[in-house]
Parts: sequence; structure tokens; C-alpha cells
Amino acid sequence: MRRPKLMIIGGSAGSLQVILGILPVIHPEFPVPILIILHRNSVFESNLEELLASRTQALIKEVEEKEPILPGAIYIAPADYHVLIEADHTFSLDYSERVNFSRPSIDVTFRCAGDVYGADLICLLLSGGNADGVEGLQYVKGRGGIVVVQDPATAEVSYMPQHAVNQVAVDFLVPAEDLPAFLKGLATWPPA
Amino acid sequence: MITSIRYEELDILLNDLFTRYGYDFTEYSRASLQRRVQRLFTLDKFPSFAEFRHRLQNDPLYFRRFVEEITVNVTEMLRDPSFYRTLRTSILPVLATYPFIRIWHAGCSTGEEVYSMAIILKEAGLLHKSLLYGTDINPLVIEKARKGIFPVSQMQKYSENYIQSGGIQDFSAYYTANYHLAKFDTSLTGKMIFSTHNLVSDSSFNEFQLILCRNVLIYFERNLQSKVFKIFDYSLENFGYLALGSKESLRFSPIADRYRQIGKEKIWRKVHEAT
Ligand SMILES: C[S@@+](CC[C@H](N)C(=O)[O-])C[C@H]1O[C@@H](n2cnc3c(N)ncnc32)[C@H](O)[C@@H]1O
Repeated sequence: MRRPKLMIIGGSAGSLQVILGILPVIHPEFPVPILIILHRNSVFESNLEELLASRTQALIKEVEEKEPILPGAIYIAPADYHVLIEADHTFSLDYSERVNFSRPSIDVTFRCAGDVYGADLICLLLSGGNADGVEGLQYVKGRGGIVVVQDPATAEVSYMPQHAVNQVAVDFLVPAEDLPAFLKGLATWPPA
Repeated sequence: MITSIRYEELDILLNDLFTRYGYDFTEYSRASLQRRVQRLFTLDKFPSFAEFRHRLQNDPLYFRRFVEEITVNVTEMLRDPSFYRTLRTSILPVLATYPFIRIWHAGCSTGEEVYSMAIILKEAGLLHKSLLYGTDINPLVIEKARKGIFPVSQMQKYSENYIQSGGIQDFSAYYTANYHLAKFDTSLTGKMIFSTHNLVSDSSFNEFQLILCRNVLIYFERNLQSKVFKIFDYSLENFGYLALGSKESLRFSPIADRYRQIGKEKIWRKVHEAT
């Protein structure tokens, strides 16, 4: 297994705390770019970037259209747009219909990234109360990507990760408290 | 297993369509196009890419459906209320000084953006001396825009947007509800001209004080964005305004150095003519 070239983290209800726990291990020299697709609610809509930036030395950045995907950055999907990925590893934004009642939709980005990155992709699905992301994980898996799911037993809302476990041949099932160590391990991937 | 349209196949298709119909999608961002074309291919149950390609080449009516389906026509009234608030407070007072106001909504989809503009112009006492041009590549959405009929189910949301944009009237006074449809007032429609116009191939058709092109350029590659910016620049009077979608920017465009951004909204003012 080569080290992945992109990690995408998808999360919904109950995932913010987990993400805040992961962020401190991501430093500016982290070799894998990270993209976070979070179903936002208006409560933390406006200061989400600030909140995330307070937990890491790495650059937190809202995705901009046509921007190249580079290591050392943690990209956040903007509210109300789907994030797509082009063959030349740049981002596109899309304002088409909601998918699974969501925009951004985790499925949309997982799929699109699966097409472009194939086996060089790692996707992590966290806590959530809807099935967005599950189909995308299946697709990523079919293209040789690595699929990681938060252990539903450790999820604030287990519906989303549980669905994933039921439907996808998950590569790694990781309890919330072990996720920071798991991500840290990506820097020295593959595990010895 | 559903066949998926590969990027190489997509390119073949785009070349066909350009040669056969003169519609050039080759400089559109591929990721979105791929999703839309894939969706249509699946929806219409084609057994193979070859059959899909053949149908597109030989059936102009089906090509029309293609244009209708691959364009992303999602829109909303008074989307981004703070944008409309800035129009009300900072832009309309300047436009008010002109004897006649011409506004172009490029890529207006079903017209919600144009009706939103008409409402705030009316409230500023400017609608009587304004003309709003709404254009889009998709003829179907232009037909809908002309009718000014939108689902009643959206009105609650639009009314909230309206209040957040600084509206103080009763939003429901602008339409008549009939079952599940809301028909907007003819006093608004009367100031609008809708027409198809393709930003890729058609040229400038008038001079404007304000051009809005929101959530259209995200679907174009940089090169095409630049071409379209030049059309807008050419179509904009000196000291006119260009408004983009909330995630779009003039920053990387060839015309950027002659434009100045207004506050934090995606509105730029043309401060110099091209030399
Ligand atoms: C997402 S909608 C934006 C509607 C509205 N401006 C808004 O922001 O809510 C994008 C629109 O751009 C139109 N469009 C795409 N390509 C175009 C072209 N080459 N020329 C004109 N309009 C185009 C589509 O048909 C679609 O209606």
C-alpha cells in the first residue's frame, strides 16, 4: 500500500468533536492533504474555520474553486456548495441539487475523488444521523481506495458509521479516541 | 453495474456536439459535466456509450434535452441576503443618479435572481426607469423565467431571505398564490426582457451599469472564465458594477487591475476603461 495522496473526512451530527480531537496531530509538514466535508448547521456556520484553526498549526482553508490540492493544508467545504475534484487535482465547486438532503454532500465528493485518485485515496466517515457518504465509500472501495470508519460504538450519532459498516467492506474500523493516532500514522504510511 | 462515462468519452462527446451543433462545452470544468452527463445517460437508460453518442449526433431534439439537463439550473430568490442588502445600501443609491438603468443577469436560470432585483429596485423607487435583461443558454429556463411563476412551497424561505436582505414590506404582496403556485406581479415582469444567450459563443449586446453573473463561472475553466470576463468588461459602462457568486472572484482575471471590490461582497466596480 502506497501512502495515499488525499484524505477526505466526512462527518455530520456529532462529528465536530471528533474532528477537533484529530486536528492537533496535523502539522504544516503533514504529507497528505486533508479535505473535510462537514454537514454544517447554522450555529457554527460562520466561525467554523476559526474554531478549527485554533486546534492546529496546519493551514485551515475554505475550498476555493480551481485551487490546486496541496499537502500541508486542511481544506474545508464551503457551506451550500458541493466540492468536486478535477483530473488535474484542483477543486471545483458546484451548486447543483442537494444529495441526501445535503449540500455539501459527502457522497458527491467521495465519488468524484474516487474517479480521480483511485487507489491513492483514503476516506474516513464519522458520526452522523444520515446515510450520506456510505454509497461514496462503496465507490471509493471499488476503485481501490482505503475506507476508514469511526467505530459506531464510539459515535455520538451512530447511524451513519453503522450504515457504512453494514454495507461496505471497511479497511479500518477505528474508535474515536484512536483516530488522532491513526491519522498521525498516515505520515509514516504504510504501517510497518 | 452501470456503465460509467469516462473522461475520454466525455471529450469525444463534447467534440461531436461542437462540430454538429456549434455548442462548445469543451472549456467547461469536467468534474461537474461528467456528473451531469452520467446522470442523463443513466436516467435515459442507454445500453452503451456508443448508442448515447449516436442519439446525440442524430437527434437535434435530444440534443436540446441534453442542454436542458446538463446545465445546473438550481437557483433561489434573494440568495445570500447580505449581498442584496449591499445592493440596497451601496449600489442602488449610485444607480439612482442615472436617468436610465440597464442591468444584465447572465446565466439567470429560471429568473428568481431577476425578480429579486426587480423587487429591491421597486422598493428603492427605481424600477420605473430600469430595464432588466435575463439571459441563459438553456431555452427551457428562459421560458419559465418569462412566466414568473414559482412554487408556493419556496415562499417561506424567500420571505425570510427578503427580511434578512433589509426588506420591510410584506413579501407576499409581490405575488398571487394559486394552489401550489405563486405568480409574481406584472409590474415586476413588465421591466424584464428574457432571451437565450450563450456566454461561450455570443457577443456583448448592450451597455450596462450593473452585470450579475452568479454561480455560472464556477462551471467554466479558467481560460473560458477569462473570455467571459472580457465580454462583461466590454459590456459594462465605466464606473459600472460586476457582481459574482459568493465563491467566485475577479482576482485571477485579466481585467482585475481595473476593478475595485466593494466591501466584502462579491461586487466590483469598474474604475478604468480598457486602454
Ligand atoms: C447555478 S445557475 C445560477 C443561477 C443564478 N444566477 C443564481 O446564482 O442563483 C447557472 C446557470 O448558468 C447557465 N449557463 C451555463 N452555461 C452557460 C452559458 N454558456 N451561457 C449562458 N448561461 C449559461 C445555466 O443554464 C444555469 O441556468
